[in-house]
Amino acid sequence: MKLFKTLLVVSLLLLSTVVAHAEKITVAAAADLKFAMDEIVTGFKKSHTGAELDVIYGSSGKFHTQIQQGAPYDLFFSADINYPRELAKKGMAASEVKPYAVGRVVLWSNSMDATKMTLASLTDPKIARIAIANPKHAPYGKRAEEALKASGLWDKLQPKFVFGENIAHTAQFVQTGNAQVGIIALSLAVNPELAKKGGYYLIPDKLHNPLEQGYIITKQGAAKPLAKQFADYMGSKPSRSIMTKYGFVLPGEVK
Amino acid sequence: MLLSASDLQAIWLTIRLASVVTMILLLVGTPVAWWLARTCSWAKGPLGAMVALPLVLPPSVLGFYLLLAMGPNGPLGWLTTRLGVGPLPFTFWGLVLASVFYSLPFMVQPLQNSFEAIGERPLQVAATLGASPLNAFFTVALPLAKPGFLTASIMTFAHTVGEFGVVLMIGGNIPGVTRVASVQIYDHVEALEYGQAHRLAAVMLIFSFLVLLGMYAWKPRPQKG
Repeated sequence: MKLFKTLLVVSLLLLSTVVAHAEKITVAAAADLKFAMDEIVTGFKKSHTGAELDVIYGSSGKFHTQIQQGAPYDLFFSADINYPRELAKKGMAASEVKPYAVGRVVLWSNSMDATKMTLASLTDPKIARIAIANPKHAPYGKRAEEALKASGLWDKLQPKFVFGENIAHTAQFVQTGNAQVGIIALSLAVNPELAKKGGYYLIPDKLHNPLEQGYIITKQGAAKPLAKQFADYMGSKPSRSIMTKYGFVLPGEVK
Repeated sequence: MLLSASDLQAIWLTIRLASVVTMILLLVGTPVAWWLARTCSWAKGPLGAMVALPLVLPPSVLGFYLLLAMGPNGPLGWLTTRLGVGPLPFTFWGLVLASVFYSLPFMVQPLQNSFEAIGERPLQVAATLGASPLNAFFTVALPLAKPGFLTASIMTFAHTVGEFGVVLMIGGNIPGVTRVASVQIYDHVEALEYGQAHRLAAVMLIFSFLVLLGMYAWKPRPQKG
């Protein structure tokens, strides 16, 4: 009986902690933002002491679905501006859809010198596996598909493709050596962790539609001042320089 | 057409994977279960715990280790490359190997239980009648453990069909090779193809229910010897 009571008290305690935090925001961010966003958040926390925020990285398509189903994200940074646009159309945004960056796509390898590669090099028999993000729902995968189709290589390379769930998952296939080459976000390839070996080749942006990235404050985050503050901080000078460092082209800047 | 060609391909692949895994685990799991059921060795505890690990471990742990181990820089990858088959991630046989690990307890534990339930006596009787241990195993233990084999096979098959996390991590989502039904459903949902997701999910739901219904409704008649 005593044990049962203890268990009951413990479970009540566990339940109570779940509802305790109210002034905290959760940010859903496309996986290509991983390294840049981490730095931006660190800066934000420094200038806004006591601010609590969690960032969740994943595929933009997934977040889009989840937000429609009422996921508790206060801000949504998508790798494809069309996802937040669709959410706004359905009345699920509490702000206008704001473009925050344009992404670039690269060929990246862990084991080969990708700086000397072009898309045509992918037909090399030494490359057995090419990792790309799933074009069905990951924006970078869609752009990879477009670029390869524009170069007339898509059909020829078909047997070599393996599909990552999002762009970070795709990079991980290459990082573990299971795929020789991956088509990933420039923002990931320039991270020191990944840039150490192999290098990358910037895929000409003429070959694919622009990867315009946009964000919204969701309805969920409408009443939270912290959400607005973080959105504003994204446009601040320190954030912009971090974004530039990770290879993003910023809105209002000419390439 | 209720299901698209790629959905049917995913279902067929899933059935193929689950069948191969069940057959391999019948061969591998039976001796392990037999040994665990009869041994008094100190190794029984550690081995039993190792077999049960996949019940507790998150699929991501298994997927992560397998991805590294089977990759060209891992020990398994080194071995398979030496043997001339190349690294296993993103291949059907890679999924088979992962599923064999993942579904191991679902084969071994029911078998072990049914072997233990037989007890020593029938085997001792068989020995006094002149049966060799191997002979006794095939003519006495196997028939007596038949319900256990059925349960173990159904559980293994069903559990492999239900696999998702490990497949996502090491499969690479290749149509007809590693894109099993669970991953296909996930892709449909991600791409907002709810209609297709619904149809395939319903097929999985009905299948799983029927399998379990068959298992629970089927009662072995008590055999009087």
